[in-house]
Amino acid sequence: MAPFSPDATIVWAIAGAAVATYSLRLGGLLLSDRLPKAGRFKKFMDALPGTILLSLVAPGIVSAGIWGCMAAAATALLTHKTGNVFVAMLAGIIIVAAQRQLGL
Amino acid sequence: MDTGNQIKKGFVANLPVAASVCAYGSVLGVLASQKSVSWLELLVMNLSVFAGSAQFVMVEMWNVPLPVVEVVAAVLIINLRYLLIGASLQPVFRGKTLRHKACVMHLVADENWAVTMARYRKGGASTGFLLGGGLCLISVWCFGTLFGHRLGAFVQNPETYALDFAFVAVFTALAVSLWRGKQDISPWLVAALVAVVTEHLLPGKWYIIFGGIGGALVAAFTGTADKSQTPHPKEQPDHGTF
Repeated sequence: MAPFSPDATIVWAIAGAAVATYSLRLGGLLLSDRLPKAGRFKKFMDALPGTILLSLVAPGIVSAGIWGCMAAAATALLTHKTGNVFVAMLAGIIIVAAQRQLGL
Repeated sequence: MDTGNQIKKGFVANLPVAASVCAYGSVLGVLASQKSVSWLELLVMNLSVFAGSAQFVMVEMWNVPLPVVEVVAAVLIINLRYLLIGASLQPVFRGKTLRHKACVMHLVADENWAVTMARYRKGGASTGFLLGGGLCLISVWCFGTLFGHRLGAFVQNPETYALDFAFVAVFTALAVSLWRGKQDISPWLVAALVAVVTEHLLPGKWYIIFGGIGGALVAAFTGTADKSQTPHPKEQPDHGTF
């Protein structure tokens, strides 16, 4: 039988995400002359990538407790010092994994 | 300029960063298999959305039936930066047809964009070079995520290995790599605070959007109104994600 019969919401979510992302990619290029290159809008857009990623993780870090906070801090510090996201991420995971294995 | 040669050059120039894209993709693959995302759904996402951080969020929100509006809104907000990335590529695309723009832009990610802009400043980046980088990235992205997806099937208790924390770790690292200095202190504090409070008050993932917009509004309405911000869009170093 059909190996792929996904829920309709899966199809819509992927299609919506694809259309949204592509529209932004092409839209930016086509609208490039009209986007403000200074002022508040630009400052807003400049700040957005960082604030979004932070908002994404902040509740998760808080709910992971003291060890989650320490692991996140280690990840942040390593990223800042080494610039290597993968190593920094691995360090954070290892800290939380070790804590759970040892039952701390 | 020979287009084929340019594509090849772009492909090769992106190989160093492709290694970390592949590694990062394997983490997404493992998380996706834990969330019961099929390999085909993952592949379709890779090819059609082709945006790493957005795909991480989609997988994080993956509970069938999916909250379609929230998912698409989150993806839209996270990928807003592509407006700026697209805008910054205007000189590279000068004189190209709409069809050419429409085809190449789909394969623009943070990495090949950054590599292309760096090359452009030295002179001699073309849309072929950009496209070659995109082809390189989408190949390793598919390979990495599908490899991780296979691997994930053998991981019995992901919590033991803290794979659930991988998501937090990935985005903590990526957030820090976007840190621009003191100017970010108050926007980031507000973003974190709004996100934590919203998460308690509202169901779903609206805290991402509320926190992100709240923090960015602080950035927009504080500080000097100078026009000498960082050259835009900011150069994001090769951090292994897009």
